Amino acid sequence: MFIIVAGAGKVGYHLARALVADHEVLVIELDPQRVDFVAEDLGSEVIMQGDACDAATMERAGMERADLVVGVTGDDQDNLTFCQIAKAKFAVPRAVARITNPENEDLFRKLGIDATVSATNLILGHIEQELPWRGLIHLMTLRTRGLELVEVKVPRDAAIVGRQVKQLLLPQGALLSLVIDAEGTPRLPTPDVTIRADDILLAVTSIDAEETLRAALTSAAPTP
Amino acid sequence: MYVIIMGCGRLGAELATKLEEDGHEVSILDIDKLAFDHLPPSFSGKKILGDGTDQNTLRRAEADRADAFIAATRGDNRNALAAQVARHVFQIRRVGSVIFDPIREEVYHGLGLRTINPTKIEAQLLRELIEKEDGAE
Repeated sequence: MFIIVAGAGKVGYHLARALVADHEVLVIELDPQRVDFVAEDLGSEVIMQGDACDAATMERAGMERADLVVGVTGDDQDNLTFCQIAKAKFAVPRAVARITNPENEDLFRKLGIDATVSATNLILGHIEQELPWRGLIHLMTLRTRGLELVEVKVPRDAAIVGRQVKQLLLPQGALLSLVIDAEGTPRLPTPDVTIRADDILLAVTSIDAEETLRAALTSAAPTP
Repeated sequence: MYVIIMGCGRLGAELATKLEEDGHEVSILDIDKLAFDHLPPSFSGKKILGDGTDQNTLRRAEADRADAFIAATRGDNRNALAAQVARHVFQIRRVGSVIFDPIREEVYHGLGLRTINPTKIEAQLLRELIEKEDGAE
């Protein structure tokens, strides 16, 4: 695949480093110091100096043959513009944007960005997981069908502890997809699998069904 | 009309002043407090310190009851994001955005934003100015 990345900050640099062995990667970065740093480490063919949202720069980068663009600058607006121009002007099939402000997630999806990654939401999710708060961690947004991939750790006092998958009452639009037990063994949620405390559950859910799913998976059993 | 303007540079401040003269209610946003110095002392609208691309700031500006939103900062990408938030999140009917880069302006225009490109307009005005002077000689 030919992947064009906007932004050679820490995220862009490590992303390029991970991808470069298997893909053709080009990172566009404005700051000459970062450009030199990446060129030195990954090779000068991996990096290009310029404004990633400038159409002439995009053209020089070979945008019209890119299979995927990834906007990972520190600014939501720059990532959005980069992805929107790549799609609208260069017909790039797939665009992924990093988001800092969690509120932008829905909007970016509405505007045609195929996937968004929000570090703020991920970190928030993990913090909340450690607290008595019962929540779903958003792992990924699947834009095409308005679905979310979410993770939840089964609380010890949850009503579903000890129940089998076939006994669970999940909302329409939500599908339990994977059960990972405390030992780290992943299992498919076949009807006879029993849910235990501290299991990690992965589920795909529509955004509308999310709240009901959260309640179904984490609500405490009524105290006798 | 209730109009929200993002960006209190010379352009935003001038626009805010004119709209207020026309009898509209105006709120103006900027991330820099000093930018509000561009407004005349007579300006009576709300000055809101905050990032207009942020939904929270727009909520503070009561964007849900706004009739119009203008993004007039110097940053094209910032303007484009704010305009799209105004339109898609707050459903503001009249949304205008300044985009300086002619190509970016074309793209956003194509995506349905109402855009103004000062670069093209200024170049055209300067061209007319010079050609007119030529003709006068």
